[in-house]
Parts: sequence; structure tokens; C-alpha cells
Amino acid sequence: MKPARFEYYDPRNLQEALEILHAHPDDGKILAGGQSLMPLLNMRLARPKIIVDINRIEGLNYVKATGTGVAIGANARQRALQTERLIGERLVVLREAGSFIAHPQICSRGTICGSLAHADPAAELPALAVALDAELVATGPNAARAIPAGGFFQSYFTTALQPDEILTEARFPAPPEDMAWSILEVSRRHGDFALVGIVAGLAVERERPVINRARLVYFGVGATPMRVNAAEALLIGQAPGEDAFDAAAQVAGQEIDPSNDIHATAEYRRAVAATLTRRALRAAMEKLKAN
Amino acid sequence: MATTRTIKLRVNGADYEGTAEVRKTLVDFLREDLGLTGTNVGCEHGVCGACTILMNGETVRSCIMLAAQADGAELMTVEGLAKPSGELHPIQEAFREKHGLQCGFCTPGFLMTTYELLSKHPDADEEEIKEWLSGHLCRCTGYQDILESVKLAASRLRNS
Repeated sequence: MKPARFEYYDPRNLQEALEILHAHPDDGKILAGGQSLMPLLNMRLARPKIIVDINRIEGLNYVKATGTGVAIGANARQRALQTERLIGERLVVLREAGSFIAHPQICSRGTICGSLAHADPAAELPALAVALDAELVATGPNAARAIPAGGFFQSYFTTALQPDEILTEARFPAPPEDMAWSILEVSRRHGDFALVGIVAGLAVERERPVINRARLVYFGVGATPMRVNAAEALLIGQAPGEDAFDAAAQVAGQEIDPSNDIHATAEYRRAVAATLTRRALRAAMEKLKAN
Repeated sequence: MATTRTIKLRVNGADYEGTAEVRKTLVDFLREDLGLTGTNVGCEHGVCGACTILMNGETVRSCIMLAAQADGAELMTVEGLAKPSGELHPIQEAFREKHGLQCGFCTPGFLMTTYELLSKHPDADEEEIKEWLSGHLCRCTGYQDILESVKLAASRLRNS
């Protein structure tokens, strides 16, 4: 239970890190918070030859305003979700999610961008990025590109990042003001990975009680965060209430693609997803009423 | 590329310097190179919490950090709680009185988390305490006595 040998680099600037990665396209691994990578190294499930530790790179630990949204740098820790004023003001659902994400002893090191790049399908942040239309900035040796979150997550632990790219920033636009959001999950222990989770967004017309926009993104139920358009479509044009929420919940339970594992059966996950859909939509509706 | 690193850091107010392989975890460095064996190694993948220490004032898992990453850092381990005279810290006293430990393997981690929690949130309520303690496993106590220990420590620290 000790890591295999590797070469260790902890450059002070981004360009240097990118050059090292570029020079080792098949052997390099980025170490940020390390809360997922280090266990893999300790158990020798991963044996990269090169570790590029980005923690000492200046200027990547920030949460800053961009227009009406928020940009989060590669070295911003998950604790920032709870402590950064901007997130509380502009992306309340990210703050709410903070209470589900890991334990305080993990969030002190674990980074927001690291969780996105790791792309664990049971993690909260990838689902939030998809639900909130985040853009993920991949910086390579020659250029940077912004990848929409919807196209970033490709499979289990697999993203659109190239081997010589670093996820340097996650950009979350401020959600539309008339939308309310809710994140819920079921896990064995608070702070553990979710068996099933949901990020739900809801907007209702101003003049009459009719849903005009909805977002339903699930996690822990497939290879990537899963947006269920069919369930969203069922909500549009309906009166916000149990009938509409029920119909969406049933379709969502069918559309997701959960697996059987030691933690839960696929059937159980479908049932939980349906229940969470109802709860999350009710919670979003309550917030709309409160506004 | 050097496979070892010289690491300088402060632990419990004292300066240390050591040389370690770059793949060495921080907890192994503390125990094997610095002789600070109070911090225990449990699961070695960040789940059990036995190796929890403070780095620059925040609790971290020292089994899933590299020693090289702590170069220049300020650490606090369980050895830093009691006074040099041997007088226990109020948190340790509370754990002793309320039977917050049995075998004691997990205790150094629980103590360090309690230390950060009560330093930053002296008025933490039961839910907050549970939230912080949920990052630790204990196989003996059933947790209730640990919770009671933290509550007692909190009230004593508030009144001191």
C-alpha cells in the first residue's frame, strides 16, 4: 500500500507544467488536491511514471467574478464552496452542494477543478457543471479552449481533456434569475459518494402557474452525469405540482442507466432516482414561492 | 530527476528537516523520519481518518499527501496537543472523561478534527459536530461517547 516509483515535478508556473506534460504524453498525471489520485497511487491501481504537482503554481487558487457568473481556478479547494462569499451570492446551489461533497478533512485539499477532471460519475460537481451549463477551460501547451460541460464528460473517469492539457478554470454562468435549483442525493454515509443524486432546476411563468423551463441532471446512475431531456420535456407547459412531478419522476427512473454493484441494485437506484426527482422538484418549487 | 527531496517544515512549533523519497506519504515521513508516531496509519486511502493532522491550520489526511508537498508547511499533530509538562489538552481530558476512546487507534485523528472544529466553530451544534466527525471511523465506541466528548470539550473551551 505504498505508491510505486515515479518522477515528481512541482513547477512554479503553468507553462512549465504544460511542457512537462507535453513531453510525457502517455506517462504523466496531474496531482492537484490528490484526494482521488493518491488513494489510487497508494493502492497501485495507478502507476504513472510522471507526477506533475500543480499545487505550487502561482495564481490558480481563486474564485472570482466573471460578468454575472463565477470562475474557479484549478487550485481552489472544495472548502471554497462553503467559504467564498461570491458562491453564496451567485451560485447558491453550489454552496448547498458543498454540504454533500466529501468531509471537511477532504475538502481542505480536494479541488473543485480536480473533481471535474477526475469525472467520477457519482460525484456532485460534474453533474452541477452539466446542469448549470459551465464551461471548462482546458489549457494546453499552445492554446486554451473552453469546453461546454455537456460535452466534457465522456465516460467513467474520462473527459475531453487531452493528455497535455490542464483544466485550469471552471466557469459557471449565473443561473437565470427566475430559476430555482435543488440538489439532493442518497448515500450510505453523509459525505460519501452518492448512490443516486439529482440536480434539478425549475422556472415558472410569471403570469400563470405553468412550468416554462426545467433541468434534471442525475449522478451515480451511469457513465457520466446524465441529463434526462425526456423528463424535462414532460414538465414544460404543466402546472407545477404533484401530477407533473410524478410523471417526470417515472420517466427519469426509466431513462437513466444505473448499474448493479455492491452498494445498490439498478432497480433500487431507479426507484431512488424517481423519489429524488419528486423531492427535488418540490424543493425547487418551494424556493420559487419563497422568492 | 532526483528521486529524493529535502523537506523542511514546522511540526508542533519545532523546525524539522529530513530527506525522503518523493513517493513517500506525509504520514510515513512523520512517523519514520521525524519519529512522530502519534499519528496512526489506518486505511491508507483517505477513508478512515486515523492519520488526520493539521496543515496550515486545516485538517488533512496525511496518508494521501506526499511528504514533498508539505515542504515549507506548518503542521500540528496529536503530539502538539498536550503541554510539554504532560498536562492534557481540554479536548483530551474530555475524551478521557467521557470514554471517547476504547482501543485508541482512531483517536489522534478525532482529536485533530475536534481541535480544528472547536478553534473555528466554538459554538458548533450537534449537527455540525456530527458533520465534522463523519470523516472518521471508529470501530469501538459507537460514536456516541465521542460526540459527548466533543460537546464537553466545547463547553469547557467556551468557558475557559
